[in-house]
Parts: sequence; structure tokens; C-alpha cells
Amino acid sequence: MKNAPNYLTEDNSLRSWLFTTDHKRVAILYFVGITLFFFVGGAAATLIRLELIEPQGHLVTSDTYNRLFTMHGIIMVWFFLIPSIPSTLGNFVVPLMIGARDLAFPRLNLTSWYLFMVGGATTLYAIFRGGIDTGWTFYTPFSTMYSNSHVVLAITGVFIAGFSSILTGLNFIVTIHRLRAPGLTWYRLPLFLWSLYATSVILVLATPVLAMTLLLVGLDRVFGIGIFDPARGGDPLLFQHLFWFYSHPAVYIMILPGMGVVSELVACYSRKEVFGYKFVAWSAVAIAGIGFFVWGHHMFVSGQSPFAALVFSFMSFVVAVPSAIKVFNWTATMHKGRIRYDAPMLYALAFIGLFTIGGLTGLFLACLAYDVYVTDTYFVVAHFHYIMVGGMVTAYFGGLHYWWPKITGRLYPEYWARAAAILIFFGFNMTFFPQFILGVLGMPRRYHIYPPEFQIWHVMSSTGASILAVAYALPLFYLGWSLFFGQRASANPWHTTGLEWQTPSPPPKHNFETTPVVKRKPYDFTIKGKPRAQNA
Amino acid sequence: MDNWASHANPLLPHGETTHASSVDLLFLGLVASSILVLVLLFFLLFRFAIHYRAGNTNADRDHRIRKSWRLETAWTVATLVAFLALFVWGARLYLNLYDVPGDAQPIYVVAKQWMWKVQHPGGQREINELHIPINQSVRLIMSSQDVIHSFFIPAFRVKHDVLPGTSEEIWFDPRKAGVFHLFCAEYCGTDHSRMTGRIVVMQQPEFETWLARQDVNGTLASQGASLFRQLGCSGCHGNGSKVRAPALEGLYGSRVSLSDGTMEIADERFIRDSILKPRAKIAAGYQALMPAYEGKISEDEVVKIIAYVKSLGGEMGVPQ
Repeated sequence: MKNAPNYLTEDNSLRSWLFTTDHKRVAILYFVGITLFFFVGGAAATLIRLELIEPQGHLVTSDTYNRLFTMHGIIMVWFFLIPSIPSTLGNFVVPLMIGARDLAFPRLNLTSWYLFMVGGATTLYAIFRGGIDTGWTFYTPFSTMYSNSHVVLAITGVFIAGFSSILTGLNFIVTIHRLRAPGLTWYRLPLFLWSLYATSVILVLATPVLAMTLLLVGLDRVFGIGIFDPARGGDPLLFQHLFWFYSHPAVYIMILPGMGVVSELVACYSRKEVFGYKFVAWSAVAIAGIGFFVWGHHMFVSGQSPFAALVFSFMSFVVAVPSAIKVFNWTATMHKGRIRYDAPMLYALAFIGLFTIGGLTGLFLACLAYDVYVTDTYFVVAHFHYIMVGGMVTAYFGGLHYWWPKITGRLYPEYWARAAAILIFFGFNMTFFPQFILGVLGMPRRYHIYPPEFQIWHVMSSTGASILAVAYALPLFYLGWSLFFGQRASANPWHTTGLEWQTPSPPPKHNFETTPVVKRKPYDFTIKGKPRAQNA
Repeated sequence: MDNWASHANPLLPHGETTHASSVDLLFLGLVASSILVLVLLFFLLFRFAIHYRAGNTNADRDHRIRKSWRLETAWTVATLVAFLALFVWGARLYLNLYDVPGDAQPIYVVAKQWMWKVQHPGGQREINELHIPINQSVRLIMSSQDVIHSFFIPAFRVKHDVLPGTSEEIWFDPRKAGVFHLFCAEYCGTDHSRMTGRIVVMQQPEFETWLARQDVNGTLASQGASLFRQLGCSGCHGNGSKVRAPALEGLYGSRVSLSDGTMEIADERFIRDSILKPRAKIAAGYQALMPAYEGKISEDEVVKIIAYVKSLGGEMGVPQ
């Protein structure tokens, strides 16, 4: 086995990478893509935080500032967060976890990477041409009639990338339905797959609505069809309904995969079956379902009917229940466990803490009268960064470290990884907790200049951001180092269950020598030393 | 002048308006329930994390809980009940925002990139400032000339988007004199962060003095009356006109039968729509003759004509 070629060494020509249909290689291509976009979006965030250190806004002009936060939002949402876990970790481990040789549609998988990169390049081109200043939300009629920036180019990029999302979602759904190994019933699926399945359903159902909405914005802007223009009988609120009909479920596209990763990590490092497996599994489906009926909570002050607001507020409280169920179950999983604190577990614990704070502050925003006060303030900014960055990005790093030995065949340096996890946790809280206070004090978001009384909190936030920037750069170095100098990884370095650990690290091109047969539940740590699956 | 009262003690209610006090109480309720959850959860997390660490071989790991449905049901129901209570609390306060007191003073606000233009019924105008008397409910009738803006007074805990093509309302009852921030809260382009201003709450006599000191070119209604003649509205809606058009006397606040069989209350938004898009709502028994004024008159002018139509009397208030 030692010298048998794996998926990395099989053929190393550039051509073999660019035309690969191997899901593992496509995952690596995605890693390269989203890492690039993460640092582009991060650079924008760095400039924003530098700018906000002092209230008068001397560093950049208002127009530049508006382009910076727009670019940060667009890049981070569509070119980092949405593809982050599904397209990289998901792409790599889904077939391995179900005992398949590849995804159901390998060529479609490569197509979605190309669409993603073309979309990303188009949006980057819009930025180099002078940028876009509408905010990532493209509210009309500002985006359709008043903005003097590259709106059409930027939304074209997002439009194209949307098809990549749809194809990935479709691929995962079909793969999970059709390609499970013998004996791998739905209730034997690892929870990460339940999460990705729920995510894929949202990707397939919601993304087309985004595509239509962006198309209408483009048509309105170029041909003046007036669908969002009140002077021609259009309605600017229609845009908000359409946009949030996609963009609220999109929040769950961004968090559900993170929840799935955390379920894997908590089970693995507690050496215990996930408590309430079925509840955790179905809560992912419930979030995906109910998540389609809460979009109006972005519009409590927009002039929608108060009765609609009541319904959306109620549904927003309801959608928080399955999230709470997950948090309780992860905690209960640790009860009577045999817990190890490798870096992925530190990330998982950080996720639980930060996600809970993000979730609880989400209740403040679901609560009608309080939302009226803090919507469009820094409270919202802090809230969604706790979910998106504190939650999703933390889970992404946790999953990246967890599967790193499988992906690269090398172990990462444990102490560096733990140090980075802890630094990220503190840097994150220092950056975003002050923003809750800014929101409660009434500081509006997207403000280039601001009243001086808010300065102290901005300075604190920017200080935290500089720590966070260093912390996020650290893995780039030590993971990069481990690629060449890291200790070689065994097939199952964490001594855990899961089919992906039953094949060598890194896996051979076709994943398994023979198709595995599954005989037991996932996370069954009771029988020591016996692999979960036995080859047929 | 820079004594922003909103900054005094942000975390405790200090009642700039009745609504603000209630919202601050709600905030304390939300914070208290969050802290309760966090304390409970973090206590368990830390306890399990330490006690059940792999290195602690003495920990009792037998008799793990296996039947989980009781626990699951318990914490699901408990969460749902707590959420329901918070929902009702927030919703009741929210509905107050739509329950405008009958005696609220109307003031007109027009938003444009990047300023707030205010017109008082007496004809006083201000830009990026709003002077109001203490202990008097105020109702703002707001519209935008271009993109979506949002009128936000942090100290009063109120905010409402201001849209082009329609009018939106917001109301409050200032209880404390002082100077407060006014922010635009909906991103509206280059100088969004400069679209700010001051809310000045004054004692009644001082407010009267302030009103009297302003240069006024007639009340808003009288300015509207001359526009009404200039634009030719009086040709049809005036007394003794040959064209059959609905009379406007007593219109404000009355129930109007429309040609499609529905009824509507003739509030500011109705009057506004009838000027800008008259064909959308035809009064029963009349023909669709009136031209649309959309794009032909400015937001400021619409406001004046509305004030004039209201001054012709009606059920909602005394002529001003």
C-alpha cells in the first residue's frame, strides 16, 4: 500500500488538474479558489477597520468606503461562505463518507468549479474597473437608477456563480440518494451528510430566485423596464421580497454545513455517539424548511404590512428552535465522553459558544419592537458576523484541520493549530463584541464617518481585527509547512469511525479498493479497535 | 449643543418617549433571558469539558443516557414557550407604533440624497433639523424623492424606511427636552453617512417662540392653495366648475367609495396617490379624467397640496 499511487500522485500535469473529474481534485481546486477570495474579502475588511479607527474618515473617500464594504460583502458571501464547506470539504468527503468512487456527476462537478471561477473573475473585474457601491444587498431603486458604479458587471458575476451553487446542490442530492454503500441507510449517515443534504435542497430551490432577481435588476438598469421603479408603476419593495426570499435561506446555506462539521467533531473527540442523532438530523431539515418562511424579518421597518411582520417574527422565533436543539445535543454528547482537545475540538467548542451568542442575538432581531431599534445598526453587523464568521468560518477551520490528514496525507502541527484556534477565538470576540454595543447605542451600519462618541468601540473592534487578521493568516503558514514537512498520516489518525477513515491517507484515485459494506450506526465507539465497516 | 442625551446611559431606560422606555424594558428582558441560557449552557459545557476530559480516568462514564426523547421533548417545548413569550412581548410593542394618537401633530418630511427636508403645518421649513415641542405627540408623514432612506432617532428607539412613490408614517411623544441624533439608516449612496441631523425637543413656550421666529411664506395649507390654483386643480375641483370632479371639502378622513366597489379612508397616503396616480383609485360615479401628476410636481409641492386638501375640513381633524 505504501507506494501505491494516490489521487495526488496519480498524474501531476497541469492538464490533469484542470480537466480532472476526481471529486478530490475538484475540492482542491475549490480550496485554491476560495482561499484567494477569502484574502481578497479580508483585505477589504482590513481597510474598513483601519478607516473606522477615527470618526472623520480621512483614510479613504466616502465613495471608496462604500465600494469597500460592498466588495467585502459580495466576495465573502458568494465567493467564500456559500461555497466554503460544501464545495471544498463536502466535495472531498461526501463520496468517501458514503463509500462511493465519486460524486454522481463528476463532469458537472468540474463545470461548477469553472462557473464559480468565471463568476468570481467577473466580479473581480468589476472591482478593478472601479467597483460597485450598492452594498451586497443591491437595494432598488438605488442599484437600478442611481448608482454610478459597475452594478451590471458585478451582478453578472454573482449570477454566474449561482449556477455553480445549483449544480453542486444537485450533485450532492443525487449522490446521497443514489450512491450510498450497501447497508448505509439514512439513519446510518454521518450528520455532516444530513446537513449537506439540507443545504443542497436550499441551494437548488433558492438560488434560481436570486438569479431571476439579479436578472430583473440588470434589465431594469440597462433597459429601464421599471419593475422596481415606482414612477413607472414598479415597486422597490418587490425587490426586497425577492432578494430576501433567496438571501435568508442563503444564511442557512452558510451555517448548516458548519453545524454538520461540528456534529462530526464533537462525536469524534468526545468518543461518543452524537446525543439525539435523529433530532440533530431532522433539525437540519427543519431549519432548511422553515428557513424559507422568515425572509420578511429583514423588512420590519420597510413598510410591509404589520400583519406580515407578525407572521415573519413568529416564524423567525420558530426557526431558532431547531438550532437550539442542536446546541443542547452537542452539549449532551460531551456528557460522560472521553474528551480530547485536539485543534478541531477547540474549533468545535468555539463554534458552539459563538454560534449560541449569534443565535441569541438573533432573537433580539426576531423580536419586532427591538428590531425596529437595532435593524440597520451595528447590532445586525455583529449578529451575522457571530453566525457567519464565529460560526461558519470557525467550523470551516475545524473541519479543515480534522480532514487535513486525509486530504494531504500529512499531520498538521498540533501546537501551532491550537494556538491559532485560541487566537482566532479571542481576536474574533474582540472584533465583534464591541459592535453589539455600538448597535445598542444606535450607531447605523455602512457609515463612513460617524459621531465621535462611538469611536472608542470602533478602536476596540479594529484592535481585535488586527489580532484576527494575524490569526487567520497563521494556518496558511503552518498548514503550508505541513504539506512538505508534516508527519505522514495513517489512514485513521483520530481513531474514529466513518468510512472516509477506512481508506489510506491520501485516498487512492477511486477512493476504495473494494466497495465497503456498512453494518452499524455512525459514531459507534463502543467496540474498540474494530473498524465500523467491513469490506465485502 | 453637543449634549446628546441619548448617550448618557445607553443600557438603562431613561424615557425620551413612552415607547423608548418600553423598548428598553424589552431589551433588559431579552438580555436577562440570554444570560440565563448562556450561564446554564456554559456551565454545563465547562463542567463536561473538564470532568470528562480523556485524562480524567476516574470520571464515571457508566449509565450513559440512552433514551433521549424525554429530554429532547422537554428542552424543545421549554425553548418554544420562552420564544413565544418574547414574540408576544415584542409584537405588542410593535403594534403600538401603528396606533397613532388622534391628537398627533402632522409634520411632513421629504428625504433626498442626502438631506432631510422638514415642513411644519404653519409653513416653517428646516433642513436636517426637526424642532418639536415636549409632551406633544408628533406624526411624521415621510416620502422620498429618490432612493430608499430610513428615518432613525436612536433616542426614541424608532426607525422607519422612507420610500419613493409612497408615504410612510412614524410617530412619537417626546418626554424630555434635549438634542438627539437623527440618522439615515438605509444605505443611500455616497454621502449616506452625512445624511444626519438633529432632533430638538423644546419646552412648549420655547417652541412657540421658535415657530414665530421662522420666516414663513404663509402656512403650508395656504401655500398649497395657491399651488392648487396655479396647477389648475381648482378648474375641476373648485366650486362651480363645469367638469364633474369629486368635491374635496370634508374629504380628509372620510370613507370614499371607489369605482371598483371598495371603500378607502381618505388619509394622507390616499390623497397623495390620488394626485400622483389618479387613475389607480377612481371615486365611484366619476370618470377617469384627471391627468397624473407623477413626475410633474416635486415632493415638497405634493406635501403642500395635501395640507391644503386637509385644510378643507374632514373627520380626521380641524382645519389648520
